[in-house]
This record gives sequence, C-alpha cells and structure tokens, in this order.
Amino acid sequence: MSPRPALAPTVPRLRSGRGAGAGLAGEAQDAREPMGTLGEAGLAAAAGRARTLGMEGECPAPSARSSGLPAGGAGAESPGGDAPLPGSSGSSALLQAEVLDLDEDEDDLEVFSKDASLMDMNSFSPMMPTSPLSMINQVKFEDEPDVKDLFITVDEPESHVTTIETFVTYRIITKTSRGEFDSSEFEVRRRYQDFLWLKEKLEEAHPTLIIPPLPEKFIVKGMVERFNDDFIETRRKALHKFLNRIADHPTLTFNEDFKVFLTAQAWELSSHKKQGPGLLSRVGQTVRAVAFSMRGVKSRPEEFMEMNNFIELFSQKINLIDKISQRIYKEEREYFDEMKEYGPIHILWSASEEDLADTLKGVAGCIDRCCKATEKRMSGLSEALLPVVHEYVLYSEMLMGVMKRRDQIQAELDSKVEALTSKKADTDLLTEEIGKLEDKVECANNALKADWERWKQNMENDLKSAFTDMAEESIRYYEQCLATWESFLTSQTGHHLEEASEDQF
Amino acid sequence: MEQAPPDPERLLQPAPLEPLGNPDAGLESVVVEEADRPRDEGSGDGTMTENNFWLKKIEISVSEAEKRTGRNAMNMQETYTAYLIETRSVEHTDGQSVLTDSLWRRYSEFELLRNYLLVCYPHIVVPPLPEKRAEFVWHKLSADNMDPDFVERRRIGLENFLLRVASHPILCRDKIFYLFLTQEGNWKETVNETGFQLKADSRLKALNATFRVKNPDKRFTELKHYGDELQSVISHLLRVRARVADRLYGVYKVHGNYGRVFSEWSAIEKEMGDGLQSAGHHMDVYASSIDDILEDEEHYADQLKEYLFYAEALRAVCRKHELMQYDLEMAAQDLASKKQQCEELATGTVRTFSLKGMTTKLFGQETPEQREARIKVLEDQISEGEQQLKSKNLEGREFVKNAWADIERFKEQKNRDLKEALISYAVMQISMCKKGIQVWTNAKECFSKM
Repeated sequence: MSPRPALAPTVPRLRSGRGAGAGLAGEAQDAREPMGTLGEAGLAAAAGRARTLGMEGECPAPSARSSGLPAGGAGAESPGGDAPLPGSSGSSALLQAEVLDLDEDEDDLEVFSKDASLMDMNSFSPMMPTSPLSMINQVKFEDEPDVKDLFITVDEPESHVTTIETFVTYRIITKTSRGEFDSSEFEVRRRYQDFLWLKEKLEEAHPTLIIPPLPEKFIVKGMVERFNDDFIETRRKALHKFLNRIADHPTLTFNEDFKVFLTAQAWELSSHKKQGPGLLSRVGQTVRAVAFSMRGVKSRPEEFMEMNNFIELFSQKINLIDKISQRIYKEEREYFDEMKEYGPIHILWSASEEDLADTLKGVAGCIDRCCKATEKRMSGLSEALLPVVHEYVLYSEMLMGVMKRRDQIQAELDSKVEALTSKKADTDLLTEEIGKLEDKVECANNALKADWERWKQNMENDLKSAFTDMAEESIRYYEQCLATWESFLTSQTGHHLEEASEDQF
Repeated sequence: MEQAPPDPERLLQPAPLEPLGNPDAGLESVVVEEADRPRDEGSGDGTMTENNFWLKKIEISVSEAEKRTGRNAMNMQETYTAYLIETRSVEHTDGQSVLTDSLWRRYSEFELLRNYLLVCYPHIVVPPLPEKRAEFVWHKLSADNMDPDFVERRRIGLENFLLRVASHPILCRDKIFYLFLTQEGNWKETVNETGFQLKADSRLKALNATFRVKNPDKRFTELKHYGDELQSVISHLLRVRARVADRLYGVYKVHGNYGRVFSEWSAIEKEMGDGLQSAGHHMDVYASSIDDILEDEEHYADQLKEYLFYAEALRAVCRKHELMQYDLEMAAQDLASKKQQCEELATGTVRTFSLKGMTTKLFGQETPEQREARIKVLEDQISEGEQQLKSKNLEGREFVKNAWADIERFKEQKNRDLKEALISYAVMQISMCKKGIQVWTNAKECFSKM
C-alpha cells in the first residue's frame, strides 16, 4: 500500500494531505482488512432495497410506544413512493447561512481558525471515544430496554488527495454481537458523501421516521475551510453521534443500508450504491412530491397540526438558543483574550516596586488562574452545550422535512380518493390503489407518532442535560476563581495584620 | 459608595503644636525656611491662622453637586457644576459635630487652589485633583462630563483631594487652603493677590525644555524614572482593565437573552415549561448583576487613577529640583568666570575672551584708572555672587531635605493605599464569584427539574 499521512490515534487531528504528493485512487479507502470477512452472503443481503428485518409491509399496533418499536418501513414496496427530500443537508446549510447572516458579527469563525489555543482545547476533550467499549459509559440513550448490542465509533480523520479532489475519510469501527452480522468487529473508512448517501437511503426507506441529522456540508459564512482541524473535529463528533443515534433507534438500527454502510469494503459499498432507483425516476418522484405537498397540508389531521405548530415554534427557539450560545462562546473568548494581558501588567509593575511587589504578584497570579478557569469554562461550553443545541437545530429542520413527507403521502391518497369520487378513471383499479395508499398513510402516521414521542423524550433529556452541564461548568468556574482570590486575600490580610501591629507607634 | 482612602469621615489631627504662630514645633521632618515662606499674603507672620481652627478636629466633606449656569469670562452663558463643601468641627469629648462652614466651589477653583499650592510648596508632592475629563472608560460607561455618574465620582474625588491636603502635615496649615474652606466670596482675588503666579517659574511649563545639569542628584533621577514608570504602568493597567470590563459586560449581558427565549419556549413545553421559565429568570438575574459589579470596579479604577496623577506630582518635584540645580550651576559658573576675569585684569593676562579685552586690543589700552574701576566693579559683583551662591546652596540643601522627607511620607502613603486598593479588588472579585455561584446553582436546580 502506498504510504499516506498517518495520524496519532489519540488525537484525531488532521494533517493536510495537500502537497503531500501521494496521489491516491479515488475510492481506495481501506488500508486495513476488516476484522472479519464480509463474504458474499453479506453482500447479497445488502443488495436491493432496504428491508426492515422481518417487518415488511407490517404495521405495528398504534398503541405501541417508544420501547422497542419496530416501525414498518413501507418504502420498500412502492416504486412510485415518496422521494426523500433532495439535498436535505444542502437545504440545511442554506438555512444555516440565513441564520448566520442575521448575526451582525463578522468574524465569528476567523476567531476559530486564528487561535492555536483552541486546538489545544480539543485535545483535552473528554468526549473522544477511542474505543467502542468506552462508549458503554457515554451513551445515555434513554428508556429503551434493549441491551445495546451495536457499538460504533468514528475517529481518525485522514485527508486524501487525488488529482480531481481532496477529501477526508473517517474510520468507523463497529463491534456487535448480532447474529445477522458476519463478524463481531468491522473497520471501514467512509467519507462525508457516504454518510449523505446513508441518510438519503434511510429517509427513502422510512419517510416519516425522524432520521438523525447530519452535520452540515460546509459552513457558508466565514472563511472556514473544509480542512480546518476544528471543523474536522466538530464534524467527526457529529458523525459519530449520527451513527449512534441510528444504532439506538429501534427501527433504523436494523436497516440494511445501515449495515452495509458499517461493514462493506469500499468497492462493495460503491457497487451497492449503484443499485437503487436511477436518477430519472428520482427526479420524477421529486416533481410529484412538490405537486402533492400543498394538498397534504390542508387535510392534515389535528394531532399533526399540533405537531407542526410545535415544530415551527421549537425551531424558532432552538435557533435563537443556538445563536445565543455561540455568541456567549465568542464573548467569553474575547474576555479570555483581554484577561491574558491583564495579569502580566501587574508583574511588570511589581518590578518597580518594593513593598507592593508581593501583593502585585499575588494579584497577577490570581488573574492568571482565573484566566485558565475561563478557558476551561469555554471548553466545557463547546463540548457539552454547543454541539447538542446545534444538533437540535438540524433536527428541527429534519422534522419539517418529515412533516412534509407525511403530508405528501397523505396527499397521494387524497388525490386518488378525489379521482375516485369524480369517477375519472377505472374504479376498480383506483379502489385497489386507494386501499394500498390508506395502509401506507396509516403506517406513516403511526410511525411518525411513535417516533415523535421518542424524539421528544430524547430532546427533553438531551437539552436538560446540556443546560445542566452548562450550569455546572459555570459553578465550577466561579468556585475555582473564588478559591484563588480567597487564598490570596488570606495571605495578604495575614501580612496586613502583622504590618499594622508593627506600625503602631 | 465605597470611598477610596482616606475615608470620608477621617478626622483631621494636626500635630501637637503651640497654638499661635509657631508652626514648626513637633514636626521633626520639616525645617521651615526663614527665607522663603510664600504661604500667605506676604504679611510674614507665618501661616497659622488667628483662631485655634486647627486645634479642633475637623471633618471636611464635599456633600453635593449642582448644575448651574452663569456667565464666563467672555460673558457667554455656560453650564457648570458646583460642589458644596461642608466643614464640621468635632467636639473632643462627645464626638458631636457642628457645621462651621459651608460654601460652594466649582472645579476651576479647586484647580486654582492646587496651582497655588504647587507654586508655593515646590518640595511637596501635592495631592492631585480628579480627572477633568473621563478617561479610560469602558465603552458602556459614559464619557460625558455632565453624566451624573461622572459627576458623582468627581465629587468623591474632590472630597478626597481636600482630605489629602487637610491631612498633610504642612499643607494643612496653609492660609489660602483655610480660606478656600471658609471664605466663599472674594477667595479668588485673595489668592491672586498673593502674587503666586509671579513666582511660578515659566520654565516649568516648558515641557520640552531640557536642563543640562552637570551633577544631577542621583536620588532625584531615580525618582523621576520611578514616576515615569508608575505613570506608564498604571495607565496601561487602566486601559486593559477597561477592555476587560467591556468584555465581561458582554458575557453577562448575552446570557440575558436566554431569559427571554426560555420564557417563550416554555409556552410550548408541557413538562419542561416550569423549569425553563424559572431558569430563564435566573439568567436575567445573572445578566443584570454585572452592572453593580462594574460600578464597584470603577471605584477601584479611581483609586489607581489618583496615583497615576500622583506620579505627575512626583515628577513636578523632580523637575523643580532640576531647575534649582541648574540655576545653582549657572550661578556658580557665572561666578567662576567673573573671578577669572578679575584675575586677568589684575595680572594683565588675557585668558578668557571678553569684549572689553578685544576692543582694548583693537582700539588701544585702557588707562590704569579705568582698569582699577573695572576691577572694583567685578569685585563687587563677585562678592554679591558669592552671597547669592551661598544662599542658593543653602536653599538647595533645604529643598532636598524637605522634599525627601515628603517623598518618604508619600511613599508610605502610596504603599498603604495601593495595597488596600488591591486587596479591595480581591474582595470585589470574591463577591462577584459568590454571586455567580448562587445564580448558577439556582439555575442548575431549575434545569434539573425540567
């Protein structure tokens, strides 16, 4: 194998492959053999449309709630079915741009790329899974009684340079005890495009399930390049979360494309990708989807109206919270930058003083320690709060997509029903079609309802956690600062009393 | 509001001295020069006032500030602020205070007083006035002179100035200072009648003028450097502090936005609603707590500013000394050259250039009588010069002794005050941290109940 820029495994930092000279063939991503051989059986299973395990065409009982619910994906059946929203992550990038444009600050992201100390922070990051086993403690997905049997980690970003393009791949390690997997351990390399593909396939297969969001393709505003270390690291973490959310989802976890994604070799994956609806049919679906969408809205049942309202409001609020949180980070950073200068001035002053020198040095020391505490607070914010809030910003966009898709499915039914009543076409055929569509609508609605409850529960827990963590970080910060100033004060007033007693005539 | 040292209620205790007219008893560090005592209108009877004013303890306060309009020197209407100065004498036994004097002064009168003190006590490190215009402000704070917060801080600064003067062992006895506190009308005229402006050496104002002093006093040179360094480091510190305050303000205030959004969000949440709402309230509390915190810090900044301006006063003393030294050296030089001239005339040798010598060479010798006359003139001048040099030397030595005594006093005061200020800064930080802990603990509780 041709040499490539290798990276230390503990710090998932990117060494740019640009100019490294070693050109690599496009998709040759894996230098290593997977732990177990996939074999042809696995490939065969992966071929064809996504099928949920043993649940084809079945609709679960509507009363089933969040625990262990295998929602039926009906997408496998109807070729004329809904199309996944085209370029959903593209549209999310667009939305992100709009949000950021409202912000009057110009140089948000320049701050990120300029300052080296920010990189140091990432290496302290506790949220850096180095092995799937360490994941056991980290995953706190809620009330699902399932024993976790699928562990995934995303790490080791590497950049690859070809004549056409430069891109980054991530190493994905999967450990599982599931029977349907040919082996208990897999290691593959994937690039962002592959994740995108997976997401689209999932949306296709389960149009009304709440698919976890992918991190944005790129940040429109600012000069952050795709190969900036911070950007890569943020993305890596988000991708890691993405896969784990899928793994924890009662239905999605058994999705076939998901399995292929986790286990297939590069060439196996590309050939698998090629199977599927061609571009033209996808275009056709899109056109129909647009036509249907308005109709679906009008006949939306009450509960979904409520859901939609919630989603709209939630989306507004979470976007604001995202902006506020980013702004707080930025302000703290600027505060930190000024503070760094503040302490040393006292040291400088102490050089020209005799009696005051100790006190001045003491103050300088306190300020420096508070400075470090600020740094820690910032890092806590960027670990705990910002990614979570941002993920829910993306989720809210995702949800709107889900609503649309549900509406489209309904609209299809409604149009056929209308056609039937106006007796425009063959009644028997229509009735049969309507029957199928009614089932489809019912499945879609039930799937969404169940997943909605699950999502809401997750959302509440995640945000509650994130804010609680933020509060804790702040408490810790102030406690540290308090301790440092109090100890300074004790040392000074101790001397103070001594001096005072000396000075008494 | 917290007052910078000295505290507002500080009682004046003059040194134990004989009641009238003998100001120097008991103050070891000061030797009063007989020759040069320009402290009063020139009546020469010493600075002590007629009554036993200084025997009683007094309290001075600048208690109010008022906006006024009046006409200025060019008969144009102007708005200015007047400050009420109240003086109370405190009965020894029961501590009751009685208002003895109360009058209004404006900033320019304070300036006049200070200029007077600067000229008449060149060896004293004269306490500085608070800044005329607001400087080193972090941008949320107004830099407007009419802004009530600025006026308030200036009121405190002026009070501080008066207390500093009143507690200075020498300055407190000055009659003009006494009149400043007690005689409202005509005070300006009284000051000007002392003719102190004539004494003011215009050379001191020429900032760029350098005086080539051949034998500079090392201590004063060092002191000057110290003054420069102090000024530079404190202004740097104040600038950075203002920027830090600005940033801190930003951090706190942005959190206030959470309050609003949480509140709106809570409307659509069933389970999380209450927790969100109350957490939002705590975010508001957090955001508004910064205002008090930074106001306290402003007083700390004022304490530092006083010493920034004190550094200037230090440098003024050094400069005066430099000038004195320069004058001394010039006088000595002049004397030496005259002596030499005299010698040459007497012995007939010409070593130094003189116009008379040249013209003599060109136009013929002078008569012995003429020469004798010239020698006599020179001898008179030399004798006078020697007298002057002697007195200048004495003056110089006195100046150095007195100045150095005051500088020592100043150093101790500075160390005390600045240490206290730094400690109060630590206390402020501690208070800020405690507030922060409380707010965030409350917020955390709300979040965990969500």
